[in-house]
Amino acid sequence: MGDILALLFNTAVFGAALRMATPLIFAALGGIFSERSGVVNIALEGMMLMGAFTAMFVSHQTGMPWLGVLGAILAGLLVGLLHAVFCIHYRANQVVVGTAINIFAGGLTVFLLRYYFGAAGTSPSVATIPDITIPLISQIPWIGRIIGRQNPLVYLALIAVVVAHIVIYRTSWGLRLRAVGEHPRAADTVGVNVFRMRYLAVALSGALAGLGGTYLSIAHLSRFSEGMTAGRGFIALAAVIFGKWTPYGALGACLFFGYADALQMRLQDIGIPTQFMNMLPYVLTMVALAGFIGKSVGPKASGQPYIKG
Amino acid sequence: MQSRLKTIRWQGIATPLVAVFLALLVGAGFILFVGENPLTAYRILFMESLGSVRNIATTLQRATPLMFAGLAVAFAYRAGLFNIGAEGQLYMGAFAAAWVGFTFTALPRLIHLPLAILAGMIGGALWGAIPGFLKAKLGIHEVINTIMLNFIALYLTDWLATGPFHGGSWVPETARVSASAALARLYPPTRLSSGIYLALLAALIAYLILWKTKQGYELRAVGLNPQAAEYGGINVAKNTIIAMAISGALAGLAGTEQILGLHQRFIVRFSADLGFMGVAVALLGKNHPVGVLLAAILFGALQTGSAAMDRLTSVPRELITIIQALIIFFVAADYLIRRILRMKEEA
Amino acid sequence: MDTVLEMRSITKQFPRVLANDQVDFDLRHGEIHALVGENGSGKSTLMNILYGLYQSDGGEIIVRGQKVDINEPRVAIDLKIGMVFQHFMLVEPLTVAENIVLGSELRKGPFLDTKRAIQEVEELSQKYGLRIDPKAKIADLSVGLQQRVEILKALYRGAEILILDEPTAVLTPQEVEDLFKVLRALRAQGTSIVFITHKIKEVLSLSDRVSVLRRGKKIGTKATSETNEQDLAEMMVGRVVLFNVEKKPAEPGEDVLYLDRLSVKDQFGQVKVKEVELGVRSGEVLGIAGVEGNGQSELVEAIAGLRKTAGGRVFLNGQDITDWSPLKIKEAGFGYVPEDRHRRGLVLDYSVADNLILGFHGKKPHVRGGVWRDDKAIEENAEKLIEEYDIRPPVASQPARSLSGGNQQKIVVGREFTQDPSLLICAQPTRGVDVGAIEFIHKQVIAQRDRGAAVLLVSAELDEILSLSDRIAVMYNGQIVSVMSREEVTEHKLGFLMLGGRLEDYRAGEVNGHAE
Repeated sequence: MGDILALLFNTAVFGAALRMATPLIFAALGGIFSERSGVVNIALEGMMLMGAFTAMFVSHQTGMPWLGVLGAILAGLLVGLLHAVFCIHYRANQVVVGTAINIFAGGLTVFLLRYYFGAAGTSPSVATIPDITIPLISQIPWIGRIIGRQNPLVYLALIAVVVAHIVIYRTSWGLRLRAVGEHPRAADTVGVNVFRMRYLAVALSGALAGLGGTYLSIAHLSRFSEGMTAGRGFIALAAVIFGKWTPYGALGACLFFGYADALQMRLQDIGIPTQFMNMLPYVLTMVALAGFIGKSVGPKASGQPYIKG
Repeated sequence: MQSRLKTIRWQGIATPLVAVFLALLVGAGFILFVGENPLTAYRILFMESLGSVRNIATTLQRATPLMFAGLAVAFAYRAGLFNIGAEGQLYMGAFAAAWVGFTFTALPRLIHLPLAILAGMIGGALWGAIPGFLKAKLGIHEVINTIMLNFIALYLTDWLATGPFHGGSWVPETARVSASAALARLYPPTRLSSGIYLALLAALIAYLILWKTKQGYELRAVGLNPQAAEYGGINVAKNTIIAMAISGALAGLAGTEQILGLHQRFIVRFSADLGFMGVAVALLGKNHPVGVLLAAILFGALQTGSAAMDRLTSVPRELITIIQALIIFFVAADYLIRRILRMKEEA
Repeated sequence: MDTVLEMRSITKQFPRVLANDQVDFDLRHGEIHALVGENGSGKSTLMNILYGLYQSDGGEIIVRGQKVDINEPRVAIDLKIGMVFQHFMLVEPLTVAENIVLGSELRKGPFLDTKRAIQEVEELSQKYGLRIDPKAKIADLSVGLQQRVEILKALYRGAEILILDEPTAVLTPQEVEDLFKVLRALRAQGTSIVFITHKIKEVLSLSDRVSVLRRGKKIGTKATSETNEQDLAEMMVGRVVLFNVEKKPAEPGEDVLYLDRLSVKDQFGQVKVKEVELGVRSGEVLGIAGVEGNGQSELVEAIAGLRKTAGGRVFLNGQDITDWSPLKIKEAGFGYVPEDRHRRGLVLDYSVADNLILGFHGKKPHVRGGVWRDDKAIEENAEKLIEEYDIRPPVASQPARSLSGGNQQKIVVGREFTQDPSLLICAQPTRGVDVGAIEFIHKQVIAQRDRGAAVLLVSAELDEILSLSDRIAVMYNGQIVSVMSREEVTEHKLGFLMLGGRLEDYRAGEVNGHAE
């Protein structure tokens, strides 16, 4: 029994959990902004992939990984705008557009990968963002080993959660965002520009998802490989739902899913197949949706194009 | 009024064609980007996919699972449901068919093959019925649940094929299915299987169900106007579940064909987004069985031709994936144009 | 008292109806002015024009002496005009304060100054006597309190002219009293109020002046002290033109439909039908007259099995059919022409032929072997009904969407009537239908009645009720106010009762100098 506890609750696992959660956190925050404005975004996967590729590419061309981060944010933003234009301006079905973006990103990244690097599936190694150590915190026993030495993007993710919460719940922009996602007509009648709000939110979601992808290619690893997001965009979506569309809720869900991910290998040693841990986020989300963990209802106007007048 | 109707019907057929054309146009931009001539590249693409009997056979082979997947999505759509869970349903169907295929070794082909196909249909149907039930009884939208079930199916079958049903070699796949359960190859050396006949049959049956039966009348009514359907005594919840089950069965057939026809064993993660391509195919085919068949053949042609194009020019074959995504974009935006026309007609 | 608002000769044309026909309306400072009329009289349209949601086709608006052009709500708000809609524009998960300041938020930099918002809402709330908890979530508030928030929203933006569109439609009697107290207090503070309603009692108890609209035209404006219920009823209803339907006297039999203290709630949980007891006999037409929104829709849907009951029983031919499924009720001999043919009665994208079997699509001969459609039988059925009910254009295969309103309604009527049901409910059967079709449908209703069906007719059109019914019931505020035989009823009496008057208050004989 004690062995199992040691297996499950040690600093290495928790540290890994935090690392596994980081890309999820960024993408989930992106998902929250988009959904809160009333636009369904199942293209987080594609946006992360574009971010991962761009980060690798820019880092490769310039040798400066932080420029890669900027590039990824920009790429994600552009993909977000693409999603926004089709969903908002052309009022196309949001799920269809999201699916198209995922397919598009998958194709485009490999297309460019082969064109630029002639590579079969993986890019060459690129400069990465190195981990940093935070002076005082890293010296705290136990906790220090989990959180004292991580990649800057990990810290950025945690800060982003706090910022997102403040923006959504404490600023006027956030108030309007929430109104637009729940009752766009009510917001419209008091002069809020529903369309502009949604464009901004969806573009932001792309940028954040792109940031999530960045972590994968130039922090966690040091290269881009075909399809490297491996469904994380969808796990992030699950985290949004499981976390009830709030930043802290999503953080909790992402940490939990990251923990399950980190635990995979270790659990296999005691007989639990890794695939079951892989399944866990999805099963839990379905359970949450079915109402077994309290009510799980998203923004009321989510998924419906807004028509003025 | 009548001429307006004619215009809309013509628009119905023209818009997918326009979408494909626009997608190819933008694709040409990508071809130029890599320094090749679009006309050359496209010529190779179409010659290598449709230019000889062998190529056509390969195209049809690629198209077959897309036909099933497209029918699955289209069928659900007609009942007002969005089934992006075809991917998961096809995995479950595939595994069920594989299991029947490799578990029974002494059955005659006359029994074994239909049984395996049936298993595939049931596997998919059950996997589709789950989100159907959740929507019917709990009101949970099917999109998220089907996405979740996609991944659950992926990992579940992954575990089954590498764990309890591992084929024994070092590759992640099950044992081979018996010859008595394998679909015949129609045109060696291509891998076109008799599954294509099954696909055509499925399209016919889907058509018959939707437009020639009482059940189809009810399903389509629910899709077009659930409140009027309720008024007409139609049980909306029951029809939702039935539609998702049939849709799942069709998707299960896509997986079944891939296993019994193409691979002849269950290979972990064998589907390269077939289920999602089914969405594209259904969309392009305007959710009608005939349209779906044609759209699937187009996509099959693109995939077949892309390998040759990749070999003979420096255009990466992933261009096709990009073009397929572009087609979806253009078709999706198309709905707006048609909706505007319809609204003007009503005013 | 000075005039704070003038609307001169306002005209508004919609595709099939002239909603406002050169209407004049003026509002004085510090008055409560009731704007009164039946459904379709144009009162809501007029106010929507004032608030900038519609643009008038003719006429002008003068606010505080200046001619203005109000092309969107923002402009109206800037002119200090505020509107409280019938359907609230509130964001449920947000708080009262958040809803009130939305769009004009108080800020400290980018951050919401929630404290100040709460403070200002509290001050506002004190000033106007509209008690509310600024921190409460809208979703937790009663309808009456939600309405208060809507009023505060307008006041927060400095409204000096307040328009309320049928505000008491969603309130309990106590809440109505509270609202009236608030409005009187606002009036005392100098707010000028337009109060849209169809309820005479409210007009008499609350307003200073009243303007009556009828079918898009302004009938007259009077000081409330110089009018009474009879007078208002006459102005609102006027002389009705009867479509003279030839019919022989009814020969009613037993009760086919019997409602035993039936209660029904709407989707917001409010009780819309209050313990109704009613019987409809075979061979008669029982008309339920009433302004829409008094529970008729919910009553009919509950009988049809499309809405859950909240108390009481429904009997059809002696059988308890309460909360049965729509299919079972249909099979028990029930025909139903719903009030919203687009939403309930038709699948617009289906062909005329397919619509003609909706609800009966599973029965022989439309289906063979329980599974297969019999296309030939369906087409024959369609041809027969198209001819019998004169559906134009007579093409069975075209989508129902392409037909005119009248012909669409004939599809529904033909389909339901041809089954020879023992109970037939027709809700607003000629709404949006052209005159020729109206006449045709009316003849069919009488034919059904003569055949022995029990017909329950629900309509907001007085002339329709008067010309078709053998007995007439009036529904007001969820209750059946009275049931009378056709001979006992005059249009004035009906109008009076429909607007909330009590039978015992009605005085036949001299009405404003005219003999009855």
